Amino acid sequence: MTQVTVKHLWKEFAGQVVLENVNLHVDDHEFVTIVGASGCGKTTFLKMLLGIESPSRGSFLIDGEPLPDEPGPDRGIVFQRYSLFPHLTVMNNLLLGLELRGSPLFGRLFGARRRRAMERARELLEAVGLQGAADKYPAQLSGGMQQRLSIAQSVICEPKILLLDEPFGALDPGITADMHSLILKLWNMNKMTIFMVTHDLQESFALGTRVLVFDKIRVDPQSPEAFGATITFNIPLKGHRTQA
Amino acid sequence: MRRLINQRPGRGGALLLSMLPFILLVCTYMFYSHARLQENPGDKLLPAPATIAATLHEMAFEEDERSGDYLFWTDTVASLERLLVALAISAAIGLILGLSIGVLPYLRATIAPFVAAVSLIPPLAVLPILFIAVGLGEAAKITLIVIGVAPVIVRDLAFRTAELPGEQLIKAQTLGASTWQLVIRVVLPQLWPRLIDALRLTLGSAWLFLIAAEAIASTEGLGYRIFLVRRYLSMDVILPYVAWITLLAFFMDWLLRIVRAKAFSWAAVAN
Repeated sequence: MTQVTVKHLWKEFAGQVVLENVNLHVDDHEFVTIVGASGCGKTTFLKMLLGIESPSRGSFLIDGEPLPDEPGPDRGIVFQRYSLFPHLTVMNNLLLGLELRGSPLFGRLFGARRRRAMERARELLEAVGLQGAADKYPAQLSGGMQQRLSIAQSVICEPKILLLDEPFGALDPGITADMHSLILKLWNMNKMTIFMVTHDLQESFALGTRVLVFDKIRVDPQSPEAFGATITFNIPLKGHRTQA
Repeated sequence: MRRLINQRPGRGGALLLSMLPFILLVCTYMFYSHARLQENPGDKLLPAPATIAATLHEMAFEEDERSGDYLFWTDTVASLERLLVALAISAAIGLILGLSIGVLPYLRATIAPFVAAVSLIPPLAVLPILFIAVGLGEAAKITLIVIGVAPVIVRDLAFRTAELPGEQLIKAQTLGASTWQLVIRVVLPQLWPRLIDALRLTLGSAWLFLIAAEAIASTEGLGYRIFLVRRYLSMDVILPYVAWITLLAFFMDWLLRIVRAKAFSWAAVAN
């Protein structure tokens, strides 16, 4: 069970208000999509969940605990780009999470433990349709394949929360449908909570069980930095995704 | 007629063209050497190729009367030993310090400015200090090369570490990596090819410092020999020695390039 609760959250950078008075409650196994104009704090919100930004005021709780102040294995992330390791093959990229967990000193698994990990990795490779590419390097994959690997890489660690930062933004429109069914499949398989930032309104409604719209309520034309954005629409789409 | 920028030589043509400057250099030398020797058979400035060959043969394949050594080879071994030891030490310092500075903000704040300052000290200016402090032996020469080369490698690798996309480091943390695991599984493997690049770039200055140190205080070595025979205007020794040093440097560079291509094939793919 994972619950995310945000109360009266403010975020300011050196006099500039980015987020103001954000309130939110997200239940276990929700698929939250976040939309909004650029510069309205979507990514800042995601960075707080990730642990690389901290709230200025208010509370941001996961399962009643304050957010950790650094990234950890309970919250996976898929960026738009650069989240794969170029020196590791597809298989080793996927194994990395298991190896790091299983071997604090060397970060590598050997023998039977490695074989078990590889079995798990192979299942997941098949689930994301990369079984034929296990020995390739990330740079030899297409953009879509890279993102599928990056998602699998996070999912293998079984995070409570998976964060997606415009993961399909740089891909050809033709393959986003495949990516959508893939992410829904993994979401249902692993029972995790997903937060996904996107600029595609259609995508946000197609995937989400809850759509959050970030926008500024108040704007001072003389000093645009005076007011921040908040959640202007919080649209639950319950039951919508049960058939997926 | 196509534009000049679109006209390209073929494979064979490129090879031939690349040989051209060398052939031209040799021909020019032969011409002037011949002309001077015609005028004065005792001329030492541009010795005939045969003289050079004879001298080289004597130094490489006949024992020296006084020491019983094959001078050419003892010089080569002495110089290479100094150079390789110094490069190994510099690489180790460069890798460890550069990586730590790149990864750990506290260490960066503490020693990055210091390393930047040290790298600006002209190494030859501290050579007298080295001779006074550690004597005239091997340690002084090796230290000189390390002082000249290591700070450059440290800074280069620190920059390269900082260049790694932040997304990668965050991703590794979400996969559960500790600082140590991040270093050995993510950062270090990506720094190896960069270390080889840094070594290739500093190879030239490493030779410079080696020969400078040997010229001033040594009893053997390629640089020592050149500066020793300079007194007798022995161009028949100096010229082949310079060519030999160049060849050794070229070979080391080539070797590093091959190692990089073979051992880190991912780096070639990634670029």
